[in-house]
Amino acid sequence: MDWYPLLNSLRIAAISTFVIFFAGLFFAYYIAKLPRLVKGVLDVVLTLPLVLPPTVVGYLLLRLLGPKRPVGAWFLSVFGVKLVMNWWSAIFATAVVIFPLMYRTVRGAFESFDETLACAGQTLGLSNRYIFWHIRMPYCRQGVLAGTVLAFARALGEYGATSMIAGYTPGRTATISTTVYQLWRTDNDALAFRWVLVNIAISAVVLLAVNMLERKNPARGRKGGA
Amino acid sequence: MLKVDIEKRLGAFQLRAKFTAESGRLALLGASGCGKSVTLRCIAGILMPDRGTVELDGVTLFDSERRIHLPPQKRQVGYLFQQYALFPNMTVEKNIRCAIRTGSAREKDEQAAEKIRAFRLTGLEKKLPAQLSGGEQQRVALARILASEPRAILLDEPLSALDGFLRWELEQELSELLSDFGGPVVWVSHDLDECCRNCARVSVMENGKAGEPVAMDALLKSPATVGAARLTGCRSFFPAERCREGARIPALGLLLPDAPQRSFTTVGIPSDAIGMTGGSLACTVRSVTRGRLSASVLLLPDGGGTDAMLCAELPRDAAIAPGDTVRIAIRPGQVLYL
Repeated sequence: MDWYPLLNSLRIAAISTFVIFFAGLFFAYYIAKLPRLVKGVLDVVLTLPLVLPPTVVGYLLLRLLGPKRPVGAWFLSVFGVKLVMNWWSAIFATAVVIFPLMYRTVRGAFESFDETLACAGQTLGLSNRYIFWHIRMPYCRQGVLAGTVLAFARALGEYGATSMIAGYTPGRTATISTTVYQLWRTDNDALAFRWVLVNIAISAVVLLAVNMLERKNPARGRKGGA
Repeated sequence: MLKVDIEKRLGAFQLRAKFTAESGRLALLGASGCGKSVTLRCIAGILMPDRGTVELDGVTLFDSERRIHLPPQKRQVGYLFQQYALFPNMTVEKNIRCAIRTGSAREKDEQAAEKIRAFRLTGLEKKLPAQLSGGEQQRVALARILASEPRAILLDEPLSALDGFLRWELEQELSELLSDFGGPVVWVSHDLDECCRNCARVSVMENGKAGEPVAMDALLKSPATVGAARLTGCRSFFPAERCREGARIPALGLLLPDAPQRSFTTVGIPSDAIGMTGGSLACTVRSVTRGRLSASVLLLPDGGGTDAMLCAELPRDAAIAPGDTVRIAIRPGQVLYL
């Protein structure tokens, strides 16, 4: 059995989760401070990929990044790099698809944050950066971790947009999900089934991790809110 | 010295606060929702006023015209939140240490240790806020504020969430721990007795307006507005007009001699200005509510309208019942002309 699809899936999911972790935190933090109207509009735009079919996301990405399209053509002429049909092209697809998961989970966690803690930190002279990483993040740790794990799991299973932007080239762009489809299509049922088992095993572990995170409830120290 | 002169609009609510707080404690007294917390937040820099200035020890913290709005971090204004806002993920020691602004790691350790000793927190250094009693939490919160070397301290209803003995205990402690602080302290509360016990000066806040501070005794003896009079416990107010003989109260069909020469529109009759014997105003007792120490009696003057009601305080065991007819006297010296 060639393990390349597993490796490829894991690194695509890991890199996109890493990037989206920070992007999700950034947007969740700053959008909460915007005026209501702007917030509402941005919220719709940023959550859209969650409800769009992945093929639509793939299509839109191809219209943007394809070698004859604006961004893709510019990259090709300046750096001589094609943005599609590489193993890392799938990162664009997974990043867009998992962003709303991270963003929404983190936003929910931030909304439960007691803002008087941040105010107290500011009046004590703590920098906003310190307050974010040492007070807000520990307070919202569970939600942020849950969002990250969910995003990672979703990235691992991404198929539609990935297959459109990275295609299926064995040993190059093949991921677990595209491999399963290809093996089934070419009647290699036994091997397809083994990859299905691998996929189920990984997903089960991830979901187990989410559940454990949600159950673990560290001492919060707040006796009722103000 | 803290100079505040600000305006802020929040929805339909208009805040207008203008006062100066010298070193020592100034009470900001007002009913719930009158804008006390908003005022404190504007001083601390958590909220931005629409207009005005905030100045502390000669340093401008906020000036709408000069476009100065220092972030809370640079204002050196300590803020005690009602629930203390201790960082739940940090130990007592870390809560205090993180507020120390300057010094090497070792100096910070030493300063934190000193605060822990001074605030009687020895032995609790490694505890989380959730593991502390209310009194210990209050001491950590104050230690943390003083560790950040504030030039002024704001107390936002510090005792309102507490009751009974614990409240009394924490009030004693708070007062004692603040006694070493040299700068201005603004003590926000809706409880006149609490302000009375702890502050020498008071600014009364009404409908989003905070007036110039006056001595506490002056507020108690001669409140300047109906709201202030209400805060001091006066419950009976009537429209009044000045005439040659004194003040006429049409609702009671009553003439009070010895009214002051200045203009007024309302009289307030404190409950202790009503004598139950030897008077000429006939009243029917409407209700008697007996409290722990006294009985509140609602009186309906026979000559007045149905909504003209007087409230008197009698000893708890006073022999009086609803339906009784009494003849009361109003002691002119205690009537408030507003």
